[in-house]
Amino acid sequence: MEMTGAEITIRCLQEEGVEYLFGYPGGAVLHIYDALFQQEKVKHILVRHEQAAVHAADGYARCSDKVGVALVTSGPGLTNAVTGIATAYMDSIPMVVISGQVPTYAIGEDAFQEVDSVGITRPCVKHNFLIKDVKDIASTIKKAFYLAKSGRPGPVLVDIPKDISAQKTSFVYPASVNIRSYQPPGRGDGQLIRQAAQLLLEAKRPMIYAGGGVVLSDSSAQLTDLVRLLGFPCTNTLMGLGGYPANDKQFVGMLGMHGTYEANMAMQHCDVLVAIGARFDDRVIGNVEHFAQIPRKIIHIDIDPSSIAKRVKVDVPIVGDLKLVLDELLTVLHASRQKPDVADMATWWKQIEEWRVIGGGLRYKNSSEIIKPQFVIETLHKLTGGDAFVTSDVGQHQMWAAQYYKFNHPRRWINSGGLGTMGFGLPAAMGVQLKHPDATVACVTGEGSIQMNIQELSTCRQYHLPIKVLSLNNRYLGMVRQWQEFFHGNRFSESYMDALPDFVKLAEAYGHIGMRIDHPSDVEPAMKEAFARKKDLVFMDFRTDPSENVFPMVPGGKGLSEVVLSEDL
Amino acid sequence: MRHIISLLMENEAGALSRVAGLFSARGYNIESLTVAPTEEATLSRMTIVTSGSDAVIEQITKQLNKLIDVVSVMDLSEGDHIERELMLVKVRAEGESREEMKRLADIFRGRILDVSDHTYTIELTGSRVKLDSFIEAIGRDLILETVRTGASGIGRGNRILSL
Ligand SMILES: Cc1ncc(C[n+]2csc(CCOP(=O)(O)OP(=O)(O)O)c2C)c(N)n1
Repeated sequence: MEMTGAEITIRCLQEEGVEYLFGYPGGAVLHIYDALFQQEKVKHILVRHEQAAVHAADGYARCSDKVGVALVTSGPGLTNAVTGIATAYMDSIPMVVISGQVPTYAIGEDAFQEVDSVGITRPCVKHNFLIKDVKDIASTIKKAFYLAKSGRPGPVLVDIPKDISAQKTSFVYPASVNIRSYQPPGRGDGQLIRQAAQLLLEAKRPMIYAGGGVVLSDSSAQLTDLVRLLGFPCTNTLMGLGGYPANDKQFVGMLGMHGTYEANMAMQHCDVLVAIGARFDDRVIGNVEHFAQIPRKIIHIDIDPSSIAKRVKVDVPIVGDLKLVLDELLTVLHASRQKPDVADMATWWKQIEEWRVIGGGLRYKNSSEIIKPQFVIETLHKLTGGDAFVTSDVGQHQMWAAQYYKFNHPRRWINSGGLGTMGFGLPAAMGVQLKHPDATVACVTGEGSIQMNIQELSTCRQYHLPIKVLSLNNRYLGMVRQWQEFFHGNRFSESYMDALPDFVKLAEAYGHIGMRIDHPSDVEPAMKEAFARKKDLVFMDFRTDPSENVFPMVPGGKGLSEVVLSEDL
Repeated sequence: MRHIISLLMENEAGALSRVAGLFSARGYNIESLTVAPTEEATLSRMTIVTSGSDAVIEQITKQLNKLIDVVSVMDLSEGDHIERELMLVKVRAEGESREEMKRLADIFRGRILDVSDHTYTIELTGSRVKLDSFIEAIGRDLILETVRTGASGIGRGNRILSL
């Protein structure tokens, strides 16, 4: 039986087991929306802005092991989606974005709502396709899902011209994909793995540094086994939080610009460092030259060879699927009769303890007068037992959420780490809530960020998504204000958020519940009430201390040990 | 250091722009880039001449390999290889210089492809260095136009870039 390109497109999504398609209609995708209308398997979520469609698909992917899928129209639909695509690209999130395109005969004529979608997205996708023949739709979508999910994951765009979605052909969904120019790495090199094992066993001051790759590859269990077997300290990057349980005594906290003192010092002073699914980002190791001043052996395990030796020299590069590499490394270590030197380990842990004391741990001065943002996150952690899915936007609130919400499980912490996209939190929470309808989903945001995609409160209403929005309202673009305070002589250029809306009324106008919380003593009761409302979206407008800063802080361009601990503690 | 990188890629629309985009986005140098289909019509062969530290060249080859359309990559300058470039030069050929031009073309084993009252168009093939020295020998003043293809490269003997 012949089917239209549009019907084939939707059939492919069904074949891939897609539950939710996040999208927004328009001229170039009308055939696809028509095909969508005539079936029930794939549920469409109508967002209010295409950026949100992509972030929602992204959130859906991050909290599960599935590919997120979005559908947008040509021209402005696609350009609106670009921020979302770039966000997913920077954090290696598996995603397929389908965009409509003007008809093939009109391409290149500056037709209505024409943009070069493949050209615009090229630098921020893993791969993209422009389909020129209806016969190619099924095989291309099959490839798109395969590319998105395999190897180092990432977003893949499939651009479908309107006439192609109307043409007919027979439907055959390929059973398998073979792309001769693409072979994602599998197992790591056995010899290098044995070499790594030996280095680890002989280390005097070892450190395990694990990033988002551990979460993406679902190898937290392997990482945890490795850390416990060796008795070494472990740190997570912002993207890796939850990859190793935060309540474990071998966890030294997050590292990097706002990492703990002990994590950064151990990173700087270790003699053997194993990086697992992490990429020595500038927000993580700060100044590369400073980092390189102290010699250390580096073992780097990653699925993407181009992540290895990009910013730092690596002694043992292991390219492979993290899960397979860690399994093999564990086998080698178990088989070895050698164990890490007990005395060396004791000395090293003593040193780390000393740093922990000097750093004073994560701390802030609580107040009975004014709400401290950290206190809100601590309360969130307490009331949710550390088990919530927490999405965040970008700014100070993001860092406090990362620091004070102790993530014990992977895929619970959903944030835009690489691109740092304000406006990510609420739409991402929609994707998470749809995937986990009964779970507690908290969106930690700021009054600046939330306004970048606040229109999604309407989507949340339509689909009854009981997200709990915790807005840490400090009346400032806080992170910008903090940098201006530290590095620009307190000149708060355009970082004050004037003319803020009444968020309670705003939430109510969208059909939700709004709460304004001004006093520290109201934080817990308000949150309890909000979380008790299992069926409602509650918008909590916490009026927090506008002058609070995020500590510790390694200023941009500085070395990891050049950390500012706090101003007034 | 100067490197000459060869790659095989799917002969698909947009494949060239993926490579060119990669170089501009990451700030890598391109001295020259040539591309054409191979005996296998679905594959294109590209030669890129670039320069950079060892670390940069390592990243370039890794990033190229990461492109989905790229089938295989080889840094020709890591081993024995042959490099050739084609140049067409249109020179002023009048009076005394007319004889001189012919003589120079012969010395460099160039061929005169087109003759007019005032000009010669000379074809020359060779390494970059040879083409450069030809230009120098003629002298800028007498050159009306030059067209160079950029280098094409191939490994010697058993160094073969294939699927
Ligand atoms: C789309 C976008 N624009 C600008 C920025 C730069 N930026 C980083 S943090 C920040 C302030 C965020 O303010 P808010 O959401 O109120 O959070 P706070 O820092 O106050 O917690 C800005 C403007 C960004 N990350 N994303």
